[in-house]
Amino acid sequence: MDLIKDDYKVSLDVFEGPLDLLLYLIKKDEVDIYDIPIGRITDQYMEYLQLMKVLDLNIAGDFIVMSATLMLIKSRMLLPAEERRDESEEEEEDPRWDLVRQLVEYKKFKDAADYLEALEMHMENVFGRESEHVELGDSPEMDIRDASIFDLISALNDALGRVQEEELQEIFSEEYTVSQKVTYIIENLKIAKRLNITDLFAGMHSRMEMVCTFLAVLELIKLNRIAAVQEGHFGQIMVEPRKPELSAEVESEAPVQVDQELF
Amino acid sequence: MSESTIDVLPELKQIVGAMLFAAKEPLSIKRIRKAMIETGSGFGGPYEQYAKVTESQIEGALELFQEDLLKAKVGLDVALVGGAYRLQNDAVCGPFVRALLEKNQTVRLSKPALETLAIVAYRQPCLRSEIEEVRGVSVDAILRKLMDMQLVRVVRRSELPGRPWLFGTTQRFLEHFGINSIDDLPGSQELKRGITGDEKKVATPTFPEMEKELEIQ
Repeated sequence: MDLIKDDYKVSLDVFEGPLDLLLYLIKKDEVDIYDIPIGRITDQYMEYLQLMKVLDLNIAGDFIVMSATLMLIKSRMLLPAEERRDESEEEEEDPRWDLVRQLVEYKKFKDAADYLEALEMHMENVFGRESEHVELGDSPEMDIRDASIFDLISALNDALGRVQEEELQEIFSEEYTVSQKVTYIIENLKIAKRLNITDLFAGMHSRMEMVCTFLAVLELIKLNRIAAVQEGHFGQIMVEPRKPELSAEVESEAPVQVDQELF
Repeated sequence: MSESTIDVLPELKQIVGAMLFAAKEPLSIKRIRKAMIETGSGFGGPYEQYAKVTESQIEGALELFQEDLLKAKVGLDVALVGGAYRLQNDAVCGPFVRALLEKNQTVRLSKPALETLAIVAYRQPCLRSEIEEVRGVSVDAILRKLMDMQLVRVVRRSELPGRPWLFGTTQRFLEHFGINSIDDLPGSQELKRGITGDEKKVATPTFPEMEKELEIQ
């Protein structure tokens, strides 16, 4: 069974990238994309990155590259304008400009993606004589729709922040496993049908346990067993089971065996 | 062939309707016209007028046919997808049809997959590095997945060092999203080549430029 392995990792590249994180932070803080408070955003970015490391998410190199870029911009912002000009013979340019340009362009494509998504949803209701739809099955990594990975990490961050704990001994503890938490979540959802993600963490006192629970949530989302839905931007995140017929269909060769008696 | 039991000659609208109903796949205007010419010259006599049909007449007939369908609310519609017309159900009846066909699967493309697709769609033919530049992450796995799904294909190799692949969308992409052509996507002019486009043009010749180059060789 996959989940017990020590080197268990959720690969992040199927979720979102550094630009998504930046846009997320910009939106969350309601700052102007053309006038990003680079110091604050950099700090927040590093905080998320740190958290992702704690989670042992397989952080793509791209995230690291972006943090270096942010640092560079931050340091260049500190230089007085004249010195900057000397450095690169050109007209004085805001060091943030390249990044802003990239973000704005990326945002446009995100909007275009939203448009495609709307078309796709419309087409689900349309059948031609041939009635052949593109089969999108067996792609469990293709689904984390409502709450973004950063929303989820944010929720974990809050939960971790609430716990003032007896940290140090915890690091070597082997008490908790992801697969154990997978079962825990499934059992809970059988009873509750719908759970606030913060309730999942309720009563947990160790970081390790929370992290395992969190990874279990990610894994179940990836396997399409559960969905994380959010009431509005930055709202409460609820976890609920996927439709039974769907999960049965999609995950016939599921790598997780606990699935047998699901929902 | 000459004996016909049909007394009244059908209108163009009826003919295109019948063809759309019978066809398993979307029909282009050219294909409809070809069948009409064949019938017209084959049957002869009063049928010969069908052989003179023009493409714009067929297009008009298709429009009329669609209008009538919608007016009559018979649960059917005509859509122009990927340059061809097809008969399909009215979207409002979709849930019922889905239940009937037991197509309850509603697994959709993920955000990252949709973003990658959007970039390929607007920027095609484009390099993997161009997609990664916009998204800021490696798109290797997603691109492969999209190719497996036949939504993205390799158009050809570019002339750049290492001759990397150039990607584009497929007919299936148009069908999946119900789009007639890429130009119908909103803001396609603006998004086609980004702000960095001018610099890149040198490195990646656009389609017509490329063709010309090949001709010279």
